[in-house]
Amino acid sequence: MGCGKSKERRAAARPQSEAHGRGGRGRDSSAKVHPPSPPLPEHPATGASGPSRSTSARVLDPRARLRACIDSHPVVLLSKSTCERCAEVKKLFKSMCVPYFLLELDQAEDARGLERAFSELTSETDVPVVFVKRRKIGGHGPTLKAYQEGRLQKLLKMNGSEGLPESYDYDLIIVGGGSGGLAAAKEAAKYDKKILVLDFVTPTPHGTRWGLGGTCVNVGCIPKKLMHQAALLGQAVQDSRNYGWKIEETVKHDWDKMTEAVQNYIGSLNWGYRVALRERKVTYENAYGQFVGPHRIKATNNKGKEKIYTAEKFLIATGERPRYLGIPGDREFCISSDDLFSLPYCPGKTLVVGASYVALECAGFLAGIGLDVTVMVRSILLRGFDQDMANKIGEHMEEHGVKFIKQFIPIKVEQIEAGTPGRLRVVAQSTSGGETIEGEYNTVLLAIGRDACTRKLGLETVGVKINDKTGKIPVTDEEQTNVPYIYAIGDILEGKLELTPVAIQAGRLLAQRLYAGSNIKCDYENVPTTVFTPLEYGACGLSEEKAVEKFGEENIEVYHSYFWPLEWTIPSRDNNKCYAKIICNIKDNERVVGFHVLGPNAGEVTQGFAAALKCGLTKMQLDSTIGIHPVCAEVFTTLSVTKRSGGSILQAGC
Amino acid sequence: MRLSRAPECTAGRQDYNLLVIGGGSGGLACAKEAAQLGKKVAVVDYVEPSPRGTRWGLGGTCVNVGCIPKKLIHQAALLGGMIRDAPHYGWDVAQPVLHDWRKMAEAVQNYVKSLNWGHRVQLQDRKVKYFNIKASFVNEHTICGVTKGGKETLLSAEHIVIATGGRPRYPTHIEGALEYGITSDDIFWLKESPGKTLVVGASYVALECAGFLTGLGLDTTVMMRSIPLRGFDQQMSSLVTAYMASQGTRFLKHCTPSRVQKLPDGQLQVTWEDLTSGKENMGTFSTVLWAIGRIPETRSLNLENAGINTNPNSQKILVDAQEATSVPHIYAIGDVAEGRPELTPTAIMAGKLLARRLYGQSLDVMDYSNVPTTVFTPLEYGCVGLSEEEAMARHGEEHVEVYHAYYKPLEFTVAERDASQCYIKMVCLRKPPQLVLGLHFLGPNAGEVTQGFALGIKCGASYEQVMRTVGIHPTCAEEVAKLRISKRSGLDPTVTGC
Repeated sequence: MGCGKSKERRAAARPQSEAHGRGGRGRDSSAKVHPPSPPLPEHPATGASGPSRSTSARVLDPRARLRACIDSHPVVLLSKSTCERCAEVKKLFKSMCVPYFLLELDQAEDARGLERAFSELTSETDVPVVFVKRRKIGGHGPTLKAYQEGRLQKLLKMNGSEGLPESYDYDLIIVGGGSGGLAAAKEAAKYDKKILVLDFVTPTPHGTRWGLGGTCVNVGCIPKKLMHQAALLGQAVQDSRNYGWKIEETVKHDWDKMTEAVQNYIGSLNWGYRVALRERKVTYENAYGQFVGPHRIKATNNKGKEKIYTAEKFLIATGERPRYLGIPGDREFCISSDDLFSLPYCPGKTLVVGASYVALECAGFLAGIGLDVTVMVRSILLRGFDQDMANKIGEHMEEHGVKFIKQFIPIKVEQIEAGTPGRLRVVAQSTSGGETIEGEYNTVLLAIGRDACTRKLGLETVGVKINDKTGKIPVTDEEQTNVPYIYAIGDILEGKLELTPVAIQAGRLLAQRLYAGSNIKCDYENVPTTVFTPLEYGACGLSEEKAVEKFGEENIEVYHSYFWPLEWTIPSRDNNKCYAKIICNIKDNERVVGFHVLGPNAGEVTQGFAAALKCGLTKMQLDSTIGIHPVCAEVFTTLSVTKRSGGSILQAGC
Repeated sequence: MRLSRAPECTAGRQDYNLLVIGGGSGGLACAKEAAQLGKKVAVVDYVEPSPRGTRWGLGGTCVNVGCIPKKLIHQAALLGGMIRDAPHYGWDVAQPVLHDWRKMAEAVQNYVKSLNWGHRVQLQDRKVKYFNIKASFVNEHTICGVTKGGKETLLSAEHIVIATGGRPRYPTHIEGALEYGITSDDIFWLKESPGKTLVVGASYVALECAGFLTGLGLDTTVMMRSIPLRGFDQQMSSLVTAYMASQGTRFLKHCTPSRVQKLPDGQLQVTWEDLTSGKENMGTFSTVLWAIGRIPETRSLNLENAGINTNPNSQKILVDAQEATSVPHIYAIGDVAEGRPELTPTAIMAGKLLARRLYGQSLDVMDYSNVPTTVFTPLEYGCVGLSEEEAMARHGEEHVEVYHAYYKPLEFTVAERDASQCYIKMVCLRKPPQLVLGLHFLGPNAGEVTQGFALGIKCGASYEQVMRTVGIHPTCAEEVAKLRISKRSGLDPTVTGC
């Protein structure tokens, strides 16, 4: 379909008078930055009645009318509404997204006079006839030929209408309505920018799709943490007997009930985002965005309807999707984290493939709600994380019933029986040799990694560089790609962290730099994170490995301790499993460069320490801080045993 | 006969380098630290039974009748909430679930006893001599200890540390208070459920106890004369009580009890005066818990024999920045010392630092500013630094900026819990870079959340720095790093969406 350009401009026109209750800052300046588009005669798009009427307002002879028309517009198409060849030329211009002045001779006033004038002026016998910058390109054939030979494009570029549109539909078009994209949109909207968010969820091979909000809300942090909470409550119910609550021996878990509750909550969040965008006058389209030219993007909705939009700047925030193994049966029979959280049936006996945090978190809560769970690991757990911590997580999960098959990779998945869940046979091969094993599971969950959604965005059309191997986009420290008007944030960035709050921070700060004169850049250093495995793992700063690599083993001091949460003493469980570790740079006044905690509420614990790390926390300051008694976090104020010393860190009393 | 030795002791060799009176958190920490520095140390500890006859072992208030049992029973109450949440998360738990006080109390008491034992072992391991005797000063280097059986022992030392802590105060002017009421010294050691309970007082002890009793399903009423949590931020305090009220705790505000009588059926009839209306009211309860404050354990120490000065009003021992009393070689730490926060971790640190100054050539004195703490009410309240009132008083309203937010913990959503009182407030100086003066957090796991930020404030964190800290998603603590609405702006501080 057409550009829908002029129509969109009007529809999304920014209200100039409404009070937003935001103090009205930036309102006036924004008008300077992006003046409201004047009525552009070169943008009639469809329907000739408008322009022809305006010309007919002045009583001119048909010849003069036509002349004026050709002279005053860069691109002019003389056409008839019923002519098929004309339609083809229109389609061509639309696909190139070239604005043009359309005159439908048969629809205009004094049609007969115009037709006469047409023959005289163009020396052509029939429509269509195309003029570019007062120069006749010709009829249907010559126009298409000019296009095929590239002459037409060249001419249009000289015209300035193709290379850089004189004005844009939007100040900013954001591709991807996840955490980062929405944060940027909402922030930019504060400065009265005209913003379009394109978001489209390609269904998984399993057929799962979801609403606005991206990975975090729909298939990431939110459902994950809620299901983790379900598992924790299972533990709480067990513990509660020791605390005097009279609970029957076996408590069953209902997957459908949990999933419905979780999905209902997510549904409310999806809706909330829609409302938030609307309130901020951000245009949202549920359509897939692809670059089709400089400053031009094509938006395709789920019915295949296409629209073209232009913008001064673009932000790519499309995130990532789970990777498949590329083995027989993986797409047909396996699910990913994209499917798990809305799975309409209990997954039953589950094989989780992978050792990413997604894999371990999912395995953890599935086991926590009472399922038989096996994790198949190719090499190490939680690559990139502190390995000491990673292994402790693995040990704890193993003690709590999760089975691990190490150094194996699946090579084939077959369906034994269809159903909800069905039965699957997984054949796996040892990474060290040819040994193969077989296992039967109800569900196989792939969590082997995620791939950036950058390969189908038409980035090559506009020349945005991506890392060929990973698909990730390298950006400057201001989140700018190699194409200056295109920015990128979130999980698709090369060498940056794949975390919701990082994307949000980056998006907000980018919008502030672009539209509010800020110069604050997103700081990707010392970003805290938490892995919500049954025993939660919070971290900020460097892993021990990284610290050794950076400073040398002799220059770091590692203080550590096990601790036993007071709440776990009564049920008498898991002593000497929770663990605290800090890594200090000896040469820099024992400044803390790494913070690691394994225990309940690790996320809550870590956040404040992350703020302290930002302030340059040293071991001495840690020691002089008073603990809060009795909480887990206080262990960090009394760390006295260094790893080097080999001293005992097992916990006795208080 | 040994008494005759006393005068020479003062002049010559002493039995010990350090004698610690009081085996609580502070005393034990000090004793162990000194022993580790090679000194000859003795600890004397004696628990005077409560008027109801409750007694306990080594470890002081925190371990026996404070933080530890309190947090455990608070946890029991929280588990009750989790049991109610569980069906929302798919767990098939038939409601309501009843609670067995006996079973809980036994588990808690056994754990506390294991800690008592642990403290004994730790002292032994460090060769600290422990005496279960009640001490009083004979002179400035000597104390006389009396065992339960009445046997007397004299002990002398070069340095003496008083760390006897405090005990709950009884309103002895109220008829029946002493005979029929209990205090926090008893509640954790009750074998049977206290039943319908009246908690008198508005201290954190009162609110914590009332909170967990309500959480365990008991009919609980709090009677307070004036404001809740005096000394804490008052906006936060009122949210704390508002949440408790929403959970079923009854509040009788501006009321004072005048009489407690025992009815023939064993129930207690309490008469009180409503200060607003001036009317007298009555109610019956199974248990009356006094939580109207604590008094320092100084009265039986015969401090005057050593010439130690106390504040005549508070009865607390006057100390300097080095924790020294008016007698230079006698020190006081913890709840018994005037002007100190009554918190276990401060007593522990003060004790350790004191031992290091005495025997470890350290000069570090205790920094009592920015001490974080957490009130374990049903909705926990963690704070560090100044309250809003205090910040205004010190810096002037126009120089203070308060950032705040009402937030909803993710876990509350599916469980359909009300989060009206989940609130965070950061009190900052208004002038950039907006130094953080105080942080106040009301919500689940407040202690865990507050600890790290306490450190940040210690490191001189500014508002800017906290805002530049990336959040951990999805947690409650991340809301602290996202506080963007100032009170002054008048904007709605309710957090919406991620």
